[in-house]
Amino acid sequence: MKITGANLLRTLLERQGVHTLAGIPGGASLPLYDALHAAGSQNAIRHILTRHEQGAGFIAQGMARVTGRAGVCLATSGPGATNLLTAIADARLDSVPLVAITGQVPQALIGTDAFQEVDTYGLTLPVTKHNFLVRHPAELLEIVPLAFQLAESGRPGPVAIDVPKDVQVAATEVHAWPAPGGPVPSPACPEERIDAVVRLLAGARRPVLYLGGGVITAGAADLAQQLARRISAPVVCTLMALGAMPPDDPLFMGMLGMHATKGANFLLEEADLLVAIGARFDDRATGKAAEFCPHATIIHIDIDAAEIGKIKSASLGLVGDAADILRRLLDRLPTQNHPAWRARAAELRETHPLTAPPRTEDPLNPINLCRFLGEILPPDTIVTTDVGQHQMWVAQAYPVRRPRTLLTSGGLGTMGFGLPAAIGAGLAAPDRRVVCVSGDGSILMNIQELATLAELGLPVAVLIFNNAQLGLVRQQQELFYGRRYVASHFTTVPDFAALARAFGLRGIRLDADRDPLADLAGALAAPGPCVIDIPIHERANVFPMVPPGAANRQMIAEPELTSSHA
Amino acid sequence: MSSGLEPAGFPETCPASQDKPEATAAAVLALRVRNHPGTMSHITGLFARRGFNLEAIVCVPVDDGSTSRMLLLVSDEPRLEQVERQLAKLYDVLTVRHRPDLTRDFFAKLAPSAMGAAPGPTA
Repeated sequence: MKITGANLLRTLLERQGVHTLAGIPGGASLPLYDALHAAGSQNAIRHILTRHEQGAGFIAQGMARVTGRAGVCLATSGPGATNLLTAIADARLDSVPLVAITGQVPQALIGTDAFQEVDTYGLTLPVTKHNFLVRHPAELLEIVPLAFQLAESGRPGPVAIDVPKDVQVAATEVHAWPAPGGPVPSPACPEERIDAVVRLLAGARRPVLYLGGGVITAGAADLAQQLARRISAPVVCTLMALGAMPPDDPLFMGMLGMHATKGANFLLEEADLLVAIGARFDDRATGKAAEFCPHATIIHIDIDAAEIGKIKSASLGLVGDAADILRRLLDRLPTQNHPAWRARAAELRETHPLTAPPRTEDPLNPINLCRFLGEILPPDTIVTTDVGQHQMWVAQAYPVRRPRTLLTSGGLGTMGFGLPAAIGAGLAAPDRRVVCVSGDGSILMNIQELATLAELGLPVAVLIFNNAQLGLVRQQQELFYGRRYVASHFTTVPDFAALARAFGLRGIRLDADRDPLADLAGALAAPGPCVIDIPIHERANVFPMVPPGAANRQMIAEPELTSSHA
Repeated sequence: MSSGLEPAGFPETCPASQDKPEATAAAVLALRVRNHPGTMSHITGLFARRGFNLEAIVCVPVDDGSTSRMLLLVSDEPRLEQVERQLAKLYDVLTVRHRPDLTRDFFAKLAPSAMGAAPGPTA
């Protein structure tokens, strides 16, 4: 059977079980789009037309972050490919499985500075797990399944496939279809390493579990909770691990690091054993690495061998799947009670609560807003955030109850992530409410995707915490640059409710003087997409804050008056 | 990481040089890699991106040309283990080994003019 490269690629994607992909067509990807049109079969792929390729990349990420399976995005050559790069780099840093497919100019034109030619292979090389330039349609039979295998195996990540137009057009003989690519199990961690964990835990008096996003990726949240209870170990989570433990669990200490729950950072100072699981000792989590957990022996469990000892040397490193390691560990680990240590953790938690003025007094205080959202939203709601102060307020105050219900750009910190990721989440989980918490700075970075949202009609609510600032920048200028505010204040802020209506969406603006929380609840209770503009205090800051480069114990606390009126 | 001699291949034909005092401690890594146009970019890109030093590269296709043997002259610093682990993660890198029997001299003999040294005696 002779088949064109474009039809071959489409068929291979169908065989992978891809039912939805997001992209924007262009000259160098038109044969592939023609193949998508010709697909009449029942497993035909649904194409989501976005308004910017970065939107397509983050929609694919949103789908991947909810399902754990590789999301797929599609762009043309040149600017199409460069517009995808941020979403690809973002997937790399947050270990999100993604397959990015780009059209390329015909091979005869590669290297000639042809129209819309860019070295996509070279550009994607440092931000992918692996990348391919396809030179012959028959190579797709190997490359496509391999791309999905690489994206989903071990530590997941993005894979790019650059397909020149002539490869899409050329026909090749297909004799047999390859098996779809999928996650390949990692080699098992040796038994003696697990025995060594048991021995180290037996000698610990003040153990702490430090969970990272890898726990969620591995589907090991329940096992991590069992481990915590088995050994009476309080648990701290990174931003990426929020949802791995119920926020009301007595052992849960909250997030660690720059904008931690204060008690979590103090507790780590006292720990004598730290069990890091699927966490990479990122600087936002550890603060000054040399002073992180100064008294603790470190056990580091990670699927990526290169993470063991990268930042902090571990006394014991275990390489493998966290779920497998934890299951085997729990099989042989005796119960340990550390009542004094548990009491100390509880004391730290109670001594250092996250504070906000009473809700009746200040309903639009960001902490109060996030807590209110936690009360009114169904527990399976998927929350996405953009990047900035609102992201940290969500992390601190919104109760993330389940894995994969908080989607946030943790590593790359990409403003503009939230809206398209929310659309992707809505596509992956059509029956659930999706809430994108954004800021007035971030939302404008992919505002064009409101058109995509309006077209799809997904139940995505966009909440804009609007302070007319690049708030986290302004906060740093206030705290560390002598209040010299440069380029952090917006003198013009659009009327977001009107903007939403212009896109064909419901749009409202809350009014602090007219029971705003009731209006918020009402807007969220109504079905379908909407944009809710929420005026917050211009000078509200995120506390505590560890100055960049400082040790985690050096937290800047909030001022006496917790209400942050300007 | 693993260490020891490569079982076979072109480096065996080169005599191990004698230890000599060196300006900076260097180590030699031997890689077996898939031989295709992007492999060198992946390896050099990794060194650039992670800020590792890479002083010299020798690369020769072996077998039927589907793989290559590569020798990298790198700084012998505490981060070397991290370098090896990051290299091992690359899809196109099949094996990473130490070559304690090789030193900077091995590369110097290959490129006398570039190293500003007189050519060594021919074996």
